Amino acid sequence: MQDETILEINDLNICFEMREGTVNAVNGVTFSVKPGEVLGIVGESGSGKSLSARSIMNLLPRNATVTNGSVKFRKNDGEVVDILAEKRESRKMRELRGGHIGMIFQEPMTALSPVHSIGKQIMTTLNLHTDLSKKAQVERAADLLAMVQMPKPMEMLKKYPHQLSGGMRQRAMIAMALSCNPSLLLADEPTTALDVTTEAQILDLIMSLQDELNMAVIFITHNFGVVAEIADRVSVMYLGNAVETASVDDIFYHPKHPYTRALLQSIPRLDGQKRRRLQTIEGMVPDPFNLPTGCVFHTRCAEKMAGKCTSQIPELTHFENDQMARCHLHQA
Amino acid sequence: MAGYIAHRLLWSIPTLIVITIATFVIIQLPPGDYVTAYIAELVETGEVIDAETAAHIRHEFGLDRPMYEQFLTWIGGILLHGDFGLSLDWKLPVSELIWDRIGLTLMISVLSLLMTWAIAIPIGVYSATRQYSFFDHLFTVLGFLGRGIPDFLLALVLMWMGFLYFNFHVGGLFSPEFENAPWSIAKFVDLLSHLWVPVLVLSTGGAAGLLRIMRANMLEELGKPYVETAYAQGLSERQVVWRYPVRVALNPFISTVGWALPALISGDVITAVVLNLPTTGPLLLRSLQNQDMYLAGGFILILSVFTIIGTLLSDILLVLTDPRIRHS
Ligand SMILES: Nc1ncnc2c1ncn2[C@@H]1O[C@H](COP(=O)(O)OP(=O)(O)O)[C@@H](O)[C@H]1O
Ligand code: SF4
Ligand SMILES: [Mg+2]
Repeated sequence: MQDETILEINDLNICFEMREGTVNAVNGVTFSVKPGEVLGIVGESGSGKSLSARSIMNLLPRNATVTNGSVKFRKNDGEVVDILAEKRESRKMRELRGGHIGMIFQEPMTALSPVHSIGKQIMTTLNLHTDLSKKAQVERAADLLAMVQMPKPMEMLKKYPHQLSGGMRQRAMIAMALSCNPSLLLADEPTTALDVTTEAQILDLIMSLQDELNMAVIFITHNFGVVAEIADRVSVMYLGNAVETASVDDIFYHPKHPYTRALLQSIPRLDGQKRRRLQTIEGMVPDPFNLPTGCVFHTRCAEKMAGKCTSQIPELTHFENDQMARCHLHQA
Repeated sequence: MAGYIAHRLLWSIPTLIVITIATFVIIQLPPGDYVTAYIAELVETGEVIDAETAAHIRHEFGLDRPMYEQFLTWIGGILLHGDFGLSLDWKLPVSELIWDRIGLTLMISVLSLLMTWAIAIPIGVYSATRQYSFFDHLFTVLGFLGRGIPDFLLALVLMWMGFLYFNFHVGGLFSPEFENAPWSIAKFVDLLSHLWVPVLVLSTGGAAGLLRIMRANMLEELGKPYVETAYAQGLSERQVVWRYPVRVALNPFISTVGWALPALISGDVITAVVLNLPTTGPLLLRSLQNQDMYLAGGFILILSVFTIIGTLLSDILLVLTDPRIRHS
């Protein structure tokens, strides 16, 4: 593991054995995160974003098999944990979850327990990872709610999720995830279910907290606009592959992978005179049971090279500026 | 909360009045009355009663008076003196006949309910968390067997096996020497040694059904996002399963606690007859056959009261356990 990273995912492969055949859901995902950095992961639905995030928590679905690769996390004290080598239920994993790595989810509606108050749920995390007394826990929980800008924190502690709006629930969720000062926050489409105004507020909140607490964030979204707003670096996923990873500027101004370019073109342009209709990428997303041979994107790629692209899986090319792309165009 | 309970208590008063009237009317509905049934019984043994004697008996029991008058006398006796009237069939005060039986019925039904839960909940939780494992399949098969075999058949088989292998008479709730003895520690121990058979018989069918419901509820709850959140907080599997989904999956059970009693009385009469249990079911059945109206009425009234209390209790429990109901 490199010295300056807090998280490294290397050549991660995850598959599901199903009655209908094998689904190769994640195929060689590789990326790393530095402390205090915001990594955006973009990709269409089903591209393996959530699975990659869950592998960091060692909380993959029980029918999932990791066939190759590693996930390594560096704790504050310098210890490196080889996450996938740990048992799902091991003490070390449970210490990491909620203690060193916080996670927030897409559905603020259903991601909180319906039968416990907000305060109780935050205190559950505090109870697991800190030695705070009951009284101190209550105070800490109220401070957290104030930190995520919820009004009247003391009263909010007693509220149940169904009594709160979607935005408020997501704030509570964030408070819970941050309760033990994690050094890494995983956010799996945390604003997808919210309306545009609330989404903007939550994004602002996450960004200001990230700045204030100086934690690393992995922000998953299928919205390139959101990525542009918050990420330092971006990883683009397609069919279980991280096809390109680069700084947010390089992704937007010097994309190396044809899929990234196609995605960028599909964003509606606010500045352009001729506002074209949202242009989607041509072709269908291939059937996950029947992935294309060679480069998985070749069925839709405008720059496909006959022969090479359909038969050989492209290697990951590393560029000097830390940009990475998985495409034959860049192979010698 | 207190307001809610008061509100519910208040509502149970009109419910009770309606039930009482309905009970009395229903008992009177079949053609004829106790005397008709009594005469028919005597005819079978060859005795004949002339119309004059019949009218005399009717008058003595007040059966010739209008129905509302009989009702008012009956309900007045209960409310003012706790007097449930006279069993025409047994020629004994109803109170003397029913309280013992209701006590035993309550005890058996509470024990069966606890047993049902003790079997169904852990197995249902296990089956859901280890879906498609060997034991999950095994419990599924056992569950279908338990559901499919009628209780009375299971009762017969158990009695037969007890008799065959242990030379042990399992019918009834007491050994003959304790049957009419006053309550003592020895009698209580004797009761316990008999009790397991009906409790087992009565809980298997229910447990088998409940197990499937528990498993299905749990599977649904375990797939919900809040379970993943709980894992992401750092809770262990056992903590996650028992603190969150089990609590939610239990709601349907809590809301049906109140029905356990009427179910035992109405649904399991056959088992009670087969096992010769001195519970309410067989006596109620007999009183209805004989149109022994005060006995039947007394039973139904008391059982209704228990049912209303049971439902009230389960509603209160539900409100306590599920905040979503509390606030709506
Ligand atoms: N529990 C599962 N069983 C079978 N296949 C799954 C399961 N979870 C995910 N997959 C497969 O993995 C693919 C990627 O899933 P996911 O990581 O959730 O995608 P994303 O978050 O990018 O939308 C899905 O399209 C699906 O084919
Ligand atoms: S490898 Fe070939 S098909 Fe794949 S993205 Fe590059 S050019 Fe297109
Ligand atoms: Mg997802």
